[in-house]
Amino acid sequence: MHIQLVDIHKRFGAVHANRGISLSVGAGTIHGVLGENGAGKSTLMKIVAGFLPKTSGEIRLDGEAVSYRGPADATRRGIGMLYQDPLDFPALTVLENFRFGLETAGRDPRALLADLAGRFGFDLPPDRVVERLTVGERQQLEILRLVARNVRTLILDEPTTGISATQKDVLFAALRRLADEGRSVILVSHKLEDVQVLCDRVTVLREGRVAGEAERPLRTNDLLGLMFGTVPHPPPRCENPAGTPVLRLDGVSAPGGRAGLRDCTVAIRRGEVVGLAGVEGSGQGVFLRVAAGMVRPRRGRVLFEDAPLGRRAAAGRVAFLPTDRLGEGLVPGLTVREHFVLRLPRVPFLLDRATAGPDARAGIDRLSIRGTPGTPVEALSGGNQQRLLLALLPERPAVLLLENPTRGLDLESAHGVWRELQRYCDAGTALVFSSPELDEILLAADRILVFHNGRMVLDTPASRTTPDELARAIAGLGTGAAA
Amino acid sequence: MNGMELTTLLAAVVAGAAPVIFAAVGETVTERAGLINLSLDGSILLGAMAGFAAALYTGSVAAGFAAAAAVGAVVAAVVAVTGVYLGQSQVAVGFVLTLTCRDLAYFLGNPLSRVPGPQVSPLPVPGLADLPGVGEVLFRHNLVVYASIALVPVAWLLLYRTRWGLAVRAVGEHPAAAYARGVDPRRVQLACAVVGGLLVGLAGAAFSLAVKPGWGRPQGAEGMGWIALALVIFGGWHPAKVAVGAYLFSLLQVVGIPLQALLPSVPTQVFQVAPFPLMIFTLWLIHLTRSEAVERWAGDRAWAWRLVHALRASAPRALGKPLSRE
Repeated sequence: MHIQLVDIHKRFGAVHANRGISLSVGAGTIHGVLGENGAGKSTLMKIVAGFLPKTSGEIRLDGEAVSYRGPADATRRGIGMLYQDPLDFPALTVLENFRFGLETAGRDPRALLADLAGRFGFDLPPDRVVERLTVGERQQLEILRLVARNVRTLILDEPTTGISATQKDVLFAALRRLADEGRSVILVSHKLEDVQVLCDRVTVLREGRVAGEAERPLRTNDLLGLMFGTVPHPPPRCENPAGTPVLRLDGVSAPGGRAGLRDCTVAIRRGEVVGLAGVEGSGQGVFLRVAAGMVRPRRGRVLFEDAPLGRRAAAGRVAFLPTDRLGEGLVPGLTVREHFVLRLPRVPFLLDRATAGPDARAGIDRLSIRGTPGTPVEALSGGNQQRLLLALLPERPAVLLLENPTRGLDLESAHGVWRELQRYCDAGTALVFSSPELDEILLAADRILVFHNGRMVLDTPASRTTPDELARAIAGLGTGAAA
Repeated sequence: MNGMELTTLLAAVVAGAAPVIFAAVGETVTERAGLINLSLDGSILLGAMAGFAAALYTGSVAAGFAAAAAVGAVVAAVVAVTGVYLGQSQVAVGFVLTLTCRDLAYFLGNPLSRVPGPQVSPLPVPGLADLPGVGEVLFRHNLVVYASIALVPVAWLLLYRTRWGLAVRAVGEHPAAAYARGVDPRRVQLACAVVGGLLVGLAGAAFSLAVKPGWGRPQGAEGMGWIALALVIFGGWHPAKVAVGAYLFSLLQVVGIPLQALLPSVPTQVFQVAPFPLMIFTLWLIHLTRSEAVERWAGDRAWAWRLVHALRASAPRALGKPLSRE
């Protein structure tokens, strides 16, 4: 199917998210839509998929101008979308998710699902509840469902966020297969490498407009230039000799996540940057929460500076930044200033604008947060929320635990966060972070722990490992004795 | 207590639970679609009054039930339209409707107070009614009680084994996802509110035409709506478990009478009030299954693990949160 977008505008109240976007996607091609956060990619794709109405402009499918009343109209015309926040039903089973809204024309949905899953090489138990699947498996299910509905154009919004490298390979193979069958694929991403590997043609969006287009071969610097105007520099690495052990886990098992954490023994040293790798939910999240004293281990001990870690024992010395910034880190509805008030050792009874106002202003300046002390935190962009969380940290933590600190951030914001983190590292703070991106871990960490199914299967200096070895460990293929 | 008394007692439990089952299963259907109809307590009274009045003036019990169902459906439709289409708070609208319907029922029903009227006649099931034990407990009732028993498997079947039920549960979980698949979540929620409201109205008529025939102030159904709302949570939004709760509540009410005879020193009010705190205690026990400590304890015991997981339930994820498109 040939899709043409002509001068699409979309306004949300005062916000002008799409400002006259025109682009064209050929049949049987994989087309990339690239841009940093807030460039208007998701909005544009939701318009194409019929989920949002456009303010003005025209959508032409195979030359015919169309208008939709809802996503069902778009699906009927052969356009299906994999949304960034998955639009599925976590409490229902795989089969129920698959069959809901599907016209199977008399075919048994269970057989149809098994058939399609086999064709794409996906392994999806039909009676498992979807919330027990990984993000990658949930995507696979959505793809099968859309293929069963016979979509001729598949839109994927940031599909590589939160899935493992192995799952990414499976996904990309499936997308190439769809393109070979003559379907069009539109891949929306802020990650250059995804687009470079997969796409025939790329449209780069910046601030709601088309910044430019590029065709194979897609050169990194050309794309970065279109995305940002200039090419951002990667952050400096922290070069610190590791000091004495500060946090020790001794035979720790704890519940949580998909697999929990099983029998983990490790010592974190001062000034060290430790990257936690593994498929989402393999134990990294539980590890961080146990180390932060938020989850009590079922077995084993956690020692901070040789004393058992209690709820208060390490107050202000061990800090944890969760991945769900608005859900666990910040308080939606409160302003930046109010967050600084909450941090005061003693909060006065009467709060006025002066309470913690100077602190807030200093924090905003120090981390160049785009916002004012009166801005509600949910109005900040993801990168600015992460910087605010950093600004709220205690002065000199001994251990800083970060769960996927650059989740959903574009390259520039991610580098900004890392530049700030290096400052902590230089001051002797031990950084422990998890990330779904091997590249990020290899770039920032000087020691890497790999988790598989709740167990730590590899503990290696970053300088003495290879992406290949890490990928094998993540997939649970083992490195000799650890298998 | 001998066998004779036990079957009589159980028969009373089955009969007394009928209206609560109508109301609680009705609310289960509504809440499964993600809508909270808080007006139950008032709707039941208004349904009871309207059902009795219609039956009295037409001489037909069936007309009474029809009128009561219509009243329940209209009240529920108000909650759905204001909550889902007009974006008002379902809790606020439902609560105001509770009070309005209750006062309206007493005001409009004033002339009917203590007037004798028609009631549902008993209909023993031929053959089955003479079975020893079971016959008296299950098969010597009226159509209303039989319908309440049948409602539970029917509701379960519709919710869990049909295309409609899948749509209802899907909308209650994630309305935006249902919308993306071509199902209008607002229409599903309105339909479920009306179906649930019909059942709530029937619960009212089951009181005034069968369980406690007649109309008066107090009518005897006061507070039942709140119990039904609590039972929906207690039963984890599952019709069968909700029904178990309804029978348990009915049992607590019925055993008060023989207990009172056995323990004359205890004031009678204790037995009248006891079911309510006991319900709260049960809800707390159910809630315990979600705690980490219980999970840990049950982890090593297969039977406890199964029990904990059977009791555990979570609310429809979008309960009270209708569709919004960012």
